[in-house]
Amino acid sequence: MSRGLPLPRLTLGLALVAALVALSLAALTIGPFPLSVPEALAALFGAGEPQSQLVVQNIRLPRVVAALLVGAALAAAGASYQTLFRNPLVSPDILGVSAGAGLGAVIGIFLSLPVAFIQLFAFAGGMAAVLLVMLVASAVRNTDHVLALVLTGVVIGALAGAATSLLKVLADPYDQLPAITFWLLGSLASTTTTDILPALPAVALGLVPLFLLRWRINVLALGDDEARALGVEAGRIRFTVIAAATLVTASVTAVAGVVGWVGLVIPHIGRMLVGPSFARLLPVSAALGAGYLLVVDTLARTIGEVEVPLGILTAVIGAPFFVWLLARGRRGWS
Amino acid sequence: MKLEARGLSIGYGRRLVGRDLDLEVAPGQIVCLLGPNGCGKTTLFRTLLGLIPALGGEALLGGAPLRRLARAEIARRISYVPQAHAPPFPYEALEIVMMGRTARLGRFAQPGPGDRTAACAEMERLGIADLAHRDYSRLSGGQRQLVLIARALAQQAPLIVMDEPTASLDFGNQSLVLGEIGKLAHAASRDGQGVILSTHNPDHAFALGAEVVLMHDGAIHRRGRPEAALTAASLSEVYGVPVMVERTPSGRHVCLPGPGA
Repeated sequence: MSRGLPLPRLTLGLALVAALVALSLAALTIGPFPLSVPEALAALFGAGEPQSQLVVQNIRLPRVVAALLVGAALAAAGASYQTLFRNPLVSPDILGVSAGAGLGAVIGIFLSLPVAFIQLFAFAGGMAAVLLVMLVASAVRNTDHVLALVLTGVVIGALAGAATSLLKVLADPYDQLPAITFWLLGSLASTTTTDILPALPAVALGLVPLFLLRWRINVLALGDDEARALGVEAGRIRFTVIAAATLVTASVTAVAGVVGWVGLVIPHIGRMLVGPSFARLLPVSAALGAGYLLVVDTLARTIGEVEVPLGILTAVIGAPFFVWLLARGRRGWS
Repeated sequence: MKLEARGLSIGYGRRLVGRDLDLEVAPGQIVCLLGPNGCGKTTLFRTLLGLIPALGGEALLGGAPLRRLARAEIARRISYVPQAHAPPFPYEALEIVMMGRTARLGRFAQPGPGDRTAACAEMERLGIADLAHRDYSRLSGGQRQLVLIARALAQQAPLIVMDEPTASLDFGNQSLVLGEIGKLAHAASRDGQGVILSTHNPDHAFALGAEVVLMHDGAIHRRGRPEAALTAASLSEVYGVPVMVERTPSGRHVCLPGPGA
């Protein structure tokens, strides 16, 4: 009576993997140059017409991989933060990682740097913002540490946002400003294999500690005092989770730009499926996030004459869904 | 395993809540801490659990200074029952109980079948086995409190600290939880476990037959057997209202607001 769907764990896992494979395959066939499933498969493994191979291997596959990676990373970071901060309204950017990454990328665009540097700046900006938040929060001694972290995150995020706005005012309105706007709304339109390669190991490196510490992160959802009384070094685990989630979020933000809502909404669907236990929530959220962003990105490149930025679609889909969650009005947000 | 406070000063930062507290919970002993709101009961417990540092004096666990022990080492020696609360997410009651096993797991480990069995056994013992797969956040206050007690038992520590386990419960649930605590404390006492709990109701100290520590303004006002420590005079002084202690025909002690209250 407490859980959502009474699916056995293995069945659910297999269903999620099968759904991801099917969605990926479908995404490889869809586009201005339509392919059948056998054609797409052949092209993927280096057979069939050269043109199909080019489309699948150089254009669609990097996008599919990027969408899976970005969605999984954001949803995993969101699930971690919601459990860690004991709050279902928290998203991965609560500590300013997106605002910092946004500022970093905007500086790169403003200085007309090459793409690789813009990505590097975005990554560094995200990491620096959260590092600054943690330093400031640990200097604030006379209040609850978690509260200090969240409030400092809001402050640093606002400052980074102000700096971003200033650069938008100063930027060249014909060339740089559209690039800035597009980047801040998130897109995988120009993603290539070289963009994904550095992000893959960084995301993997961030997900490993989240997975290893999954039981302790669960216990932290009871609050610091209880977790410590149960033998968990709350401060150390929180630091590790923040560092790992920030690494993951900053890495994919550098590739995709600022994509909102995924990390906020997907963990709720995860909890509906498998309950709040973090050991199950983390992998399920990652899988759901991957599939969700793949669907959204495929929509983004097919529904209009021009590419629709990802952030717009995730908001358009996420906002009503969230209102529906609110309207269900259940305590516990399961 | 003995828990001791020697000349302990407690408080937050620079704000001193209590000073020169001497206290001992020996194996097999049940200690009941009483005192009005704000007298420092919770602060004392948090200090004894090592959750906040002592401002002076020393807290010793099995003879070792508490501040030298790692969190997991403390958790294997003292289990803690907080006041019933609701976490923000709908965990199953069994999951909450299994969290009591954390200090016995490796850093990266998950609880295994053995931990599950231990958790189920403790729920069985408290008569709440049927709640195992229920949503903890939707249980009644009394049921939640029993789940938290089961979690503390699953921790299998030689000492148990309970912070007002009957506060915020309705009359029926208070009796239910107190009854379980009574059984548990006496079983624990036979097994050489020490129990220290705080309560707002002096009747509970009589009911449990516990060793009493009566706190007032951050200091220990009286201690000893309930009949000796909890008198009309001491209770009236500490709580600031006239209190009478009466003996019912069935031989039980009850504390009542005195004449003029």
